[in-house]
Amino acid sequence: MIQGEIDLLKGISASSGVAIGKVLILQEETVDIEKDVNGDIEDELERWVQAIEASKKQLQQIQMKVQEEIDREHAQIFEAHLLILEDPAFVDEVKNKINSEHISAEFALMETTKHFIQIFESMENEYMRERAADIEDVSTRILHNLKGIEDVNLSSLEEEAIIVAYDLTPSHTAQMDKKNVIGLITEIGGKTSHTAIMARSLEIPAVVGLKDIVNQVKNGDIIGIDGEEGIVHHPLEDDVKQNLLKKKQVYENQRKELLLLKDAPSATKDQKRIELAGNIGTPQDVEKVLQNGGEGIGLFRTEFLYMNRDSLPTEEEQFQAYKQVLSDMEGKPVVIRTLDIGGDKALPYLDLPKELNPFLGYRAIRICLDQVDIFKTQLRALLRASRFGNLKIMLPMISAINELHETKKIYEEVKLELDQEDKVYSQNIEVGIMIETPSAAIISDLLAKEVDFFSIGTNDLIQYTIAVDRMNEKISHLYDPFHPAILRLIQMVIENGHKEGIWVGMCGEVAGDPKLIPLLIGMGIDELSMSPSSILPARKLIGHISTKRMKDEVQELLKYNNKHIKSYCENLLKKIIGDEIQ
Amino acid sequence: MIKKQVTILNESGLHARPGSILVKEASKFESDIQIIKDGKEVNAKSMLTVLSLGVSKGQSLEIQVSGPDEKEAIDALVSLVEKKFGE
Repeated sequence: MIQGEIDLLKGISASSGVAIGKVLILQEETVDIEKDVNGDIEDELERWVQAIEASKKQLQQIQMKVQEEIDREHAQIFEAHLLILEDPAFVDEVKNKINSEHISAEFALMETTKHFIQIFESMENEYMRERAADIEDVSTRILHNLKGIEDVNLSSLEEEAIIVAYDLTPSHTAQMDKKNVIGLITEIGGKTSHTAIMARSLEIPAVVGLKDIVNQVKNGDIIGIDGEEGIVHHPLEDDVKQNLLKKKQVYENQRKELLLLKDAPSATKDQKRIELAGNIGTPQDVEKVLQNGGEGIGLFRTEFLYMNRDSLPTEEEQFQAYKQVLSDMEGKPVVIRTLDIGGDKALPYLDLPKELNPFLGYRAIRICLDQVDIFKTQLRALLRASRFGNLKIMLPMISAINELHETKKIYEEVKLELDQEDKVYSQNIEVGIMIETPSAAIISDLLAKEVDFFSIGTNDLIQYTIAVDRMNEKISHLYDPFHPAILRLIQMVIENGHKEGIWVGMCGEVAGDPKLIPLLIGMGIDELSMSPSSILPARKLIGHISTKRMKDEVQELLKYNNKHIKSYCENLLKKIIGDEIQ
Repeated sequence: MIKKQVTILNESGLHARPGSILVKEASKFESDIQIIKDGKEVNAKSMLTVLSLGVSKGQSLEIQVSGPDEKEAIDALVSLVEKKFGE
């Protein structure tokens, strides 16, 4: 807690959102446990069996409820609880204790629970340690059934409430009245604890790890909770309340807008469909793409597999990563780029030569065509993973057509190897190239005949074409995407691609730039792949653009210089935003 | 009694879901099923004890089955391990 500030309590942010409401404290009744048996052992054993049966029924009901109201994954937790109830080691240990030590079922239960919790809490694996919490939860349920205590019921609240507790177990949150619970606060727990996971699923704010909060509030107190900041406002001053309400409104507006755009098709004003995809660096990034309504992955950079290690990634490691992304994307297109690395990045195990011009040097496809083993391993892993989704393979830094021919030769060899090993792979894998060298852009008419798609890599295309190093502060202002040379090249590449009936996309930074998107659409771009957070704004923008109108504008525009073009684009964007507000 | 050595192949070992899948499968059979790792013998039908073995990827175990449906049981369990519990 922050010292000296009585109205600001800071814990750990577990789920974002803002809520203002009444406190409802969840207090567990402390249960008195007697060691001695009241009556004979047979009765005690019978009580135990009854309590187990009752617990089973309750858990089965909860499991169904959670599966219906939330999802399968959360219901799985209760599957684990049920298995504990049916676990002979657990159940028999209690029975044996009752028999041999002549103790009450409650006492035997507590001892057995302690025993198992100890085992799990001392395990190295974090997942295992969390299972101790499950054992505790099940044990409490059985205990309450033994004692005839009804579980604290959060399932039908009379009014909206912010639940405050020492901790919230799966059993608590499963039965929560989803309509009336508007926030969660616990004394213990972290970002990945059950409370956090549950709150995020329900999209309500939650703050955890807020020590002693149960003693700081009373039932009925009006408090404010800012989930993103991990702050609880108590007591709630008027001005703070006003600010919170404003924040809440902004938050809700954003969410509403996002929801509308997320699953909407990306289409222009005159109904041309553009595919909006996300760029990712690791499999963990996929979630962000999906959350932001990405229709595919236009660039999966595979360098992470090769960096920060002291040996090449194995085929199996690569296979697992590609498989994960392909299946997480559930059939949506995934463009995976083969190794695109060079002397600028240190790969100690690759023995790369020291070069004066690493960006014009031994890198990317050049390494792959020289060290074919590395290339084959990657292609094998890609092919083997292909059946788990919609794979498209993309080659970086192609500068001449024979690189394509050599690649295809190696690709066919790999396919043959896999056939001989009886390994299955998809028959529908598109193979395309990045257009990032000027030479590739200029012969794009020839290249288009031999590939399934182009993806324009503007970052490098701009550097190579204008001959400027964007990292060099003295001249970085020359790195200008509005340069007509770049725009003309892009237009040419798109035209050449379309002449051969292939799709043309873009995965450089320009793809996500709202000032340039209208131009790209006018040029006929089919796909734009960008950082996930740019996808929804792009979708919104596209809806205001007419391809036909932009096509005509672009024709005129490319006759002018950078300044003129940039100014035009900025004005156009201002106008579109102005229209949106109306 | 039938005994078989298996190596755990899936990423998360006998932690998490695979552990529960194994226990659920073992519990379907009448026979007595034990899992032995490094000399430690546990009941394959007890989830807590199987999980507490802490078996990771690459480790081997012996599955020991004894009872009326031992053949079906051992085949089912070995198949689960080989299919990497669907991971």
